[in-house]
Amino acid sequence: MSKLENNMSLTGDVSKSLKTSRKLAAVLGIAGLFILVLASFNIAFPNKALWLTISLSAIAIGILWYSHSIYTGKTEGIKNDRIWFKSNTNRGLPAWIIGIALTGFYIVLYFYPQYMGLNAEGDNTGVISFFDPLSKLINGNPASQWFVYGALYTVAILAFGVKFLWKYRHNNYEKLRTFSVMFFQLSFAFLIPEFMSRLNSENFSLPYYDLKSIWPLNYYNFEQYRIDQFISAGTVGMAMLIFGVISIFVITPILTYKYGKRWYCSWVCGCGGLAETAGDPYRHLSDKKQSAWKIERWVVHSVLVFVVLMTTAVIHSYLGEDPSKYWLTKDTFLLGVVLFLGLLFAGIWIFKRQELKKDARYGAIGYLVIVLAMLGMHYGSGTPLFLTNAETLRQVYGFLIGAIFSGVIGVGFYPIFGNRVWCRFGCPFAAVLGMQQRLFSKFRITTNGGQCISCGNCSTYCEMGIDVRAYAQKGENIVRSSCVGCGICSAVCPRGVLKLENDSMDGRINPNEILLGNDVNLMDLLNKK
Amino acid sequence: MEHIVIIGNGVAGITAARHIRKLSDKKITIISAETEFFFSRTALMYVYMGHMKWEHLKPYEDWFWKKNRLELKTGYISKVNPEANELEFESGEKMGYDKLIIASGSISNKFGWPGQDLKGVQGLYSKQDLDLLEENAPDNKTCKRAVIVGGGLIGMEMAEMLRTRDIPVTFLVRESSFWNIVLPPGESDLINRHIREHHIDLRLNTNLKEILADENGRVGAVVLAETGEEIECSLVGLTPGVSPNIKFLEGSGIELGRGVKVNRNLETNFKNIYAIGDCAEQHEAIGNRRPIEAVWYTSRMMGEVVAQTICDNPMKYNPGNWFNSAKFLDIEYQTYGWVFPEPGDGESHFYWEHINGKKCITISYEKASRKFLGINNFGIRMRHEVFDRWLNEEKSVDHVMENLREANFDPEFFDRHEVEIRNSFK
Repeated sequence: MSKLENNMSLTGDVSKSLKTSRKLAAVLGIAGLFILVLASFNIAFPNKALWLTISLSAIAIGILWYSHSIYTGKTEGIKNDRIWFKSNTNRGLPAWIIGIALTGFYIVLYFYPQYMGLNAEGDNTGVISFFDPLSKLINGNPASQWFVYGALYTVAILAFGVKFLWKYRHNNYEKLRTFSVMFFQLSFAFLIPEFMSRLNSENFSLPYYDLKSIWPLNYYNFEQYRIDQFISAGTVGMAMLIFGVISIFVITPILTYKYGKRWYCSWVCGCGGLAETAGDPYRHLSDKKQSAWKIERWVVHSVLVFVVLMTTAVIHSYLGEDPSKYWLTKDTFLLGVVLFLGLLFAGIWIFKRQELKKDARYGAIGYLVIVLAMLGMHYGSGTPLFLTNAETLRQVYGFLIGAIFSGVIGVGFYPIFGNRVWCRFGCPFAAVLGMQQRLFSKFRITTNGGQCISCGNCSTYCEMGIDVRAYAQKGENIVRSSCVGCGICSAVCPRGVLKLENDSMDGRINPNEILLGNDVNLMDLLNKK
Repeated sequence: MEHIVIIGNGVAGITAARHIRKLSDKKITIISAETEFFFSRTALMYVYMGHMKWEHLKPYEDWFWKKNRLELKTGYISKVNPEANELEFESGEKMGYDKLIIASGSISNKFGWPGQDLKGVQGLYSKQDLDLLEENAPDNKTCKRAVIVGGGLIGMEMAEMLRTRDIPVTFLVRESSFWNIVLPPGESDLINRHIREHHIDLRLNTNLKEILADENGRVGAVVLAETGEEIECSLVGLTPGVSPNIKFLEGSGIELGRGVKVNRNLETNFKNIYAIGDCAEQHEAIGNRRPIEAVWYTSRMMGEVVAQTICDNPMKYNPGNWFNSAKFLDIEYQTYGWVFPEPGDGESHFYWEHINGKKCITISYEKASRKFLGINNFGIRMRHEVFDRWLNEEKSVDHVMENLREANFDPEFFDRHEVEIRNSFK
């Protein structure tokens, strides 16, 4: 018996000290957050720079320490043990508390920034002014509520990014991808725009521009004030404007053709970055039902149509009428839009119709008819373009999609609906990339012959709610517009069945009747019909 | 309308049903005593481990069955009467059929150990076993130690499961090294080390003598045959393999061996009764295969084939190249073609192991002709399609070595070892 007593120490007791350090780590992180809450209530901290440093460090160290205690002493590999037993990751009380807190934060941020200390007159107070030392250090000016948000967002991606790196330390794809989102958040989203604003002076001002944020995710990029800023900033401004246009029309299609939409959604994007790091513990909560997929297709493409109409109306509203003053007039612009959409539609209809499901065809035709009808009414009876004025459209979009959908629902509901609700149901840029990925891309998730055992890990851990198993168990590759290429399905597969790869377009979509491994003649008979 | 009745809703029966539905309009009834809906048996472990919930194990949503007119019936068949084409349920209810497919799967082996029927002694095969394990071993306070008997894949899974709840595990393996009746020595030893790395008390060359009861009549300890050592435990996992679940067919007139005897068309001695999956036993083994193949993939293949036969396209069960897969804790395993624990006459094994001791391959080939026979790969994923093709085309081991990169299926940016493998082969 003595031998066994010794063995016990290898097993049961180790976790006790870990549990203690996990608790301490959680306390430390929450203490850091609590300092921010105190600051929101205008508690005067004697040395703001010091206390801000303490607060942000406590949050970051708390997260890192906690993560370390989770993965230390564990072997490398997939460790999703007890995920569905923990109340935080199974929609229990902590999940609801975090969800409500996050939702509340977004509501304050978007609609009641005065509670963060934004003052119409005079200097900011509260938590906003608490960030002044950091803001002054980076861009030379006092903080705004967006600076506070950006700083916290970046801390979250970096600290939870390290957690993700620990969790997937055996997986180079996940590691590289995570370094990438951490880098893009820190540099492109946070530091570079702030540094750029240091260049501003009395007579020169660059627009605040996160260069990796591409229209239509960055839905305001072509609004009048932005265009004015670009133009007034001379050559650099024009270069940025042109970059904004070629980002969506040239760079995006090329990269998506070569690598799939993952080049953006899980390697570059900030929304994706937060989802993949801070949101990772909630990835399994996405709805996998076929009915959810149906809703997803209608909603996300409707948002896309909405943003196209809104942007068209906004640009149309500030363009001139006289072609002799500037070549791009209201009429040429509208004509251009109609031609572009018409050609795109015709191209897909002629070359790719077979790949469209019934509802995609109905949706495409339906939206085309509506848009054309509205344009017809505008020219025929003089109603405003798209029935209402551009400013109203812009405001409604900004409120419903920009604030409520992407922020309040998109992030606030992480612990309830999973970490990619916005990316899946709401993001119009994801819809554009998705269409390209589905129809014009070399990317796919290859299914390894007949090796699938239908276990369901892939589907469970797909943050986009794709029923990966439904394809894998048929021996069929996964080619789905919503796939962001996070690679987790492949990582959690216990039998080595899934591989993300870029290969030729031929045979990319390969529905099979019979899986590899069976009678060669039977496969020939049924699969090559 | 012809009525096809399928006994068993595992992968064999469900695959057959799906394919019959694709090919025909026949009335299809699927009977199960285990669960209402089809689930992935291979994934049972993940529910206990908290990776997935029960609902995630169902490969098809619940509306699927009605939509495809697959009638599901819950009940236990106590008797089959082939003369009258009739089934009798335990409840006394009767059901007629035109064609019957027996896909009743397996039951866990028990070898008559004293105490094997005590409370707290169980196997791991069915949904009921999973529920029972949740009852027997919810945490390490209720279950202070578990002893697992039988060094196969299910025993391995059970050990992994229990460790996720920090339950100390003693793993009794009859053989001198883990699963060395299937794996060559290098691989088997690599897995031994990996098991121990996971703080599992692996006892090789160890047999169970008896299971002792505690004062409440539950399992209290096991006694080892070799040393007489007594190990206190609250759970005994019996995982020494499975056998066909055919007891309910005894006396029916259907020819039975260890399983339901079938010919190459998967027909029993009755023209309209077929058997597929774990419970089917070939009169003569096909190639190097065993007469009874209790594997997910072969069950699925038999389901695909029997559907053809039933839908007027009589077809032999003629599986292609052997393949299989498993996962040992963190280490994935795949196999294509045949690699036996020892090379056969005129055959040779090439073994390569990575310096980290977590990856290895064994390639089996004919010495004289250099024909490639099969590969086992651990910790490296390989492409089924490529190895299937190489086996069909009877490629040489040198061709395989030259083109190993083409067969790699690891995720992008993973370390590659083809050059190292090739160099160590030369």
